[in-house]
Amino acid sequence: MAYDARFKVWRGDAESGQLCDFTVEVNEGEVVLDIIHRLQATQAPDLAVRWNCKAGKCGSCSAEINGHPRLLCMTRMSTFAEDETITVTPMRTFPVIRDLVTDVSFNYEKAREVPAFTPPQDVAAGEYRMAQVDVQRSQEFRKCIECFLCQDTCHVVRDHEDNKRSFAGPRFLMRVAELEMHPLDAADRVPAAQEEHGLGYCNITKCCTEVCPEGIHITDNALIPMKERVADRKYDPVVWLGNKLFRRDKR
Amino acid sequence: MTANVSETPRAPLPESAERAGRAQLPGKTLRTDRWWLQPTLTVAGLAVFVIYAGVRAFMGAYYWVPAYHYLTPFYSPCTTASCAPGSQHLGAWFGEFPAWLPYGIIALPFLLVFRLTCYYYRKAYYRSVWFSPPACAVAEPRAKYTGETRFPLIVQNVHRYFFYVAALLALLNTYDAIMAFHSPSGFGFGLGNLILLLNVVMLWAYTLSCHSCRHATGGRLRHFSRHPVRYWMWTQVSKLNTRHMQFAWITIGTLILADLYVMLVSAGAFPDPRFVG
Ligand code: SF4
Ligand code: SF4
Ligand code: FES
Ligand code: FES
Repeated sequence: MAYDARFKVWRGDAESGQLCDFTVEVNEGEVVLDIIHRLQATQAPDLAVRWNCKAGKCGSCSAEINGHPRLLCMTRMSTFAEDETITVTPMRTFPVIRDLVTDVSFNYEKAREVPAFTPPQDVAAGEYRMAQVDVQRSQEFRKCIECFLCQDTCHVVRDHEDNKRSFAGPRFLMRVAELEMHPLDAADRVPAAQEEHGLGYCNITKCCTEVCPEGIHITDNALIPMKERVADRKYDPVVWLGNKLFRRDKR
Repeated sequence: MTANVSETPRAPLPESAERAGRAQLPGKTLRTDRWWLQPTLTVAGLAVFVIYAGVRAFMGAYYWVPAYHYLTPFYSPCTTASCAPGSQHLGAWFGEFPAWLPYGIIALPFLLVFRLTCYYYRKAYYRSVWFSPPACAVAEPRAKYTGETRFPLIVQNVHRYFFYVAALLALLNTYDAIMAFHSPSGFGFGLGNLILLLNVVMLWAYTLSCHSCRHATGGRLRHFSRHPVRYWMWTQVSKLNTRHMQFAWITIGTLILADLYVMLVSAGAFPDPRFVG
């Protein structure tokens, strides 16, 4: 069952680097991370890779396999032909530290820019009551493992470094949506979604949804609903008038 | 970091990306699958529809079968005096049209913009026509990108208005399809009715699965528990919404089918197989 596979693994740092060729044993049932570990054990003891759970739950082992942003630990070797050369590279969008390890602090900065959950003033802690139907939409977003594959794939920042300043990326626009849909969140997040977090940069081309290992429908369930909320507030005089006339602020 | 980092030849990256300390990976993508296939098929599909609809809209003929009251959706409502007698379901609002003006001029621009601003079609043409991006993890060709943050693309936010109009036009198409149960002796029912009905059902599926519809029915609420009816509607629309892309393509197919069928029967290419009348 075991066979020898050809691998090209990117090695280097911010200054320089290249794809290095390896031939390495593959056994039945293995995932790409197993192969990277075998490389460390046998041929490249100083190969840098970030990982933790090997169960697709910690979000550490994000990289790109044959150009696809993926988790190393959730990509089965059986999905490749035995004669295929498999290319493993670090995430393109973030600064590389070494080999397959990137510096993802961009994401932590963007996370800090989203104001935290803001409970209503007239309800004391311990008195919060919520109905399941009211929270279930945001529960989908809570499945996020913060692998940042969506952030890596999104062309807004992947292809345009200069947009990093003004665009929070799908993961954090989804965080804004999660709080905006939260029945107890009292903050007004809609104008900021457009003006501060850069929702308008998203052109709903759905690559974030395609790569999300948790299968979260980021575009359909978070980004487009946020765009519709922004349209309510900024681009829809009918809704604006309705809100003025009938004081429909109790949603 | 120093400005000039390396002398080794490598694929050109935007200067800003180099400064950001990214890994210097070769090429615009390392994908090895046929990522270009989907954009190619999308362009082909959209081109077929645009060309077909364009030709038919301007043809000014073969849009009405007087014996069975079949009216193609591309000419509904037919509101000019040039329209064949009986095909003006909403009456004749205008005088004779010159030959170059489509008889369906009232509805066609709305339907066009409805689809142009549709979230699914946006995805489709941003990817396959504008290459922004051509496929996931494949670099786009342009250096600057502002997305839908400014004119003209910020106008995409008006989609909901075109949804409202499209819903009215779907009602009208439904009316047309019902009026088509007709024969010279009164009630009638033929293969054409099935095709027109199929088209109308699919148009409704496409229109109701719209993201703006999903938002308007209940998506904008924060407390589903306080609005049980709207929550129910939102649940139903959400189910349809997961298939919005499929409906977008299916309706391209059924629109062409319905129009082609009316055209061929109207031109006398073959008689409509009748079940009744
Ligand atoms: S849908 Fe929007 S956020 Fe997601 S990858 Fe595409 S542009 Fe980025
Ligand atoms: S949304 Fe999905 S792809 Fe993005 S960080 Fe979370 S789990 Fe990863
Ligand atoms: S190692 Fe934890 S997600 Fe892969
Ligand atoms: S019609 Fe496609 S999203 Fe509205």
